[in-house]
Formats: sequence, structure tokens, C-alpha cells
Amino acid sequence: MTEPDKDDGIVLTDAQKRARRSRSIAIAWALAALVLLFFIMTLVKGPGVLIRPI
Amino acid sequence: MSLVSGGADYRGPVAGGAGIAYAEPSLASVGDYIALMKPRVMSLVVFTALVGLAVAPASMHPLTAFTALLCIAVGAGASGALNMAYDADIDACMTRTSQRPVPKGRVRPGEALAFGVTLAGFSVVTLGLFVNWLSAGLLAFTIFFYAVIYTVWLKRSTPQNIVIGGAAGAFPPMIGWAAATGSLSLEPILLFAIIFFWTPPHFWALALYKSDDYARAGVPMLPVVAGDMAARRQILLYTLILAPLGIAPWLLGYAGLLYGMTAIITGAIMLMLAVMIYRERRPKDAAARKMFAFSILYLFLLFAVLLVNNGWGGLIG
Repeated sequence: MTEPDKDDGIVLTDAQKRARRSRSIAIAWALAALVLLFFIMTLVKGPGVLIRPI
Repeated sequence: MSLVSGGADYRGPVAGGAGIAYAEPSLASVGDYIALMKPRVMSLVVFTALVGLAVAPASMHPLTAFTALLCIAVGAGASGALNMAYDADIDACMTRTSQRPVPKGRVRPGEALAFGVTLAGFSVVTLGLFVNWLSAGLLAFTIFFYAVIYTVWLKRSTPQNIVIGGAAGAFPPMIGWAAATGSLSLEPILLFAIIFFWTPPHFWALALYKSDDYARAGVPMLPVVAGDMAARRQILLYTLILAPLGIAPWLLGYAGLLYGMTAIITGAIMLMLAVMIYRERRPKDAAARKMFAFSILYLFLLFAVLLVNNGWGGLIG
């Protein structure tokens, strides 16, 4: 097995790849939930979404 | 302590060649990031905020109420992550906190900081956009108070750290009330005061039997710097204020008889435990352990009965 070229940067181990993949999936779910929340809340508020009393 | 570069201390050597140094890729799991948000603390925050929101004299669309609680929960999670980012050195010294993701080296302080700031930004802006800016402002102030005033300043510098810092944990019912009504009044301030005066007996009871931990970490908790007896006396004094304060919502007509009776009985138990702590001497710590456990039940019962007693006015219009 040859040593990876330094110019290739870091070569992830399998454990690191799995951890990165699980984090990426969690971020995707969180973003999808945020989009859904904004969509539903916009429907709930209707035109009132633009009226934001301080 | 550096927030950004301190991680290398915990994660071992940095990979890389002579010219370029690469940061070691993270092995942090999703569970580590959930742990950063202190889920148990978050659950108490969400519960007290729910009570503040539900007992407020205003109606709210259930989805708006859900959004408000979600934002408050995420804001509490942001506070936890920011706290862990800064306190990694202290957490590593204490048995109770040494398994947290940052001292264990699974998450770097800089990553926890970025996570906390991101959550804080999203929670405050979303609360402001969809609920109101008063509650969003209170949430932002609470995060700032916990992360900066308590964690960075008070915690390492004064034995009054958890007294003043306790305000951060007392804000959620006020935020819930403000989310429902868009304003503040005496009732949410009373709920704030109950949690504020509950915090010292709760944490000093823990500090009494964990004082070696705090001393090792260099945290100037009251039993560590002022001595055992001073802490026992202060626990009794704060409980003497807390017990009548717990009954006040009933006396002032904000809560019903069920709440009043619950507050009287549980307040009496709190006082009894505080007297037991006052009479107890080291190495005995049974009373302190009982106070720590019962104080959680005390706060939960007060707020749960208030929720049941006053109905769900803020949630169902």
C-alpha cells in the first residue's frame, strides 16, 4: 500500500467518512424541517406574516 | 482559554506535512451535537416556557405556539453549546461533566462555538419573524446572559455565580408569556422570581456534596470559598424566601386552590430539607442529596399544577 500524496490533503478513514455522512444527513433533515416550518408558518400567518408588532 | 484554537489540546496532534498543517477530521456524531445542547436542561426550559405561554391571558394558534417553544428550546440548546465551548477546561476536571463531547475531544471548542452561534441566530430570528420581537429580544438576552455574563464572567470569578446567573434559567416563562401576549406583567415576573430564588438552594445543595469537584476545577462555588456552614446558612435563607414566593401566585389570585395547597405542602418540605441541611455536618450529605433531588420535583410540581389549574388559555383561544 502506497502512502497518500501530501498534495491530496487528508484522506478520511472509514469511521470519519461515516461520521461526516451522519452529520450531513442530520443537517439536511434540519434544513428540510426549517423550510417546512417557514412554509407552514407563512400559511398560518397569511398576509399577517408581514405585520410584526414589536 | 481560546475558543477557536483550544481544540487541538483535546484532539491530539494536528495532521499534515512540513509546509501545510491540516486540522484532524472530526469524528463527532450527531449524538455529540445533541449532547452539546444539554437536552435535560432544555426539557426544563421548554416546560417552564410552556407554562408561561399557556397561562398567559391570550390566544395563540397552536402552530405559532409550537414555533415559539421550538425556538426557545433551540435557544436553550445554543446556550448549552456556547457554555460547553468555553468551559471545556472546567468540564474536564469534574466527574459530572468529564464525559461531555468537548472535554472528551470528540467536538472542538471552535465547532461547539460555531454550532451555538448558528443555533442562537436561527432561534432568535425565527421567533422574531413568526411570533414577536419582544420574546425574540428576551431570548437573545437570555442566551447572552447565560453564555457571556454567567459562563465567561461570573462562573469563574464569584461565589454569587449561580445566584446572578440563575436569572438565565428564570427567563423562559417570561419569554413564553411575551410570546403569547406581546407584553409583560407581574405574573410572569413572579414566575421568574420563583425560579430565580429556587436556583441557589438547588445548586448549592449539589455543590455541598460535589465541592471537591468544584475545588479541583477552580470554580468558586460558595461551599468551596466561603465554607460549608456559610453555604448551609445561605440555602436556608434562600428557601425561606422561596417558600412564600411559591405560594404568592395563589395569594395574589393568579392561581387556584389546588396550586395554593401544592405550593404550601411542597414549600414546607423544601423548608424542612433546608433545616436538615443546616443541621447536617460533613461528611454526611444525605440532606443535601435529598434537597437537590426534591428541588427538581418542587419546581416541576409548581409549574405543572399551575398549568393544570390555570388551563391552557394561551394555547387554545
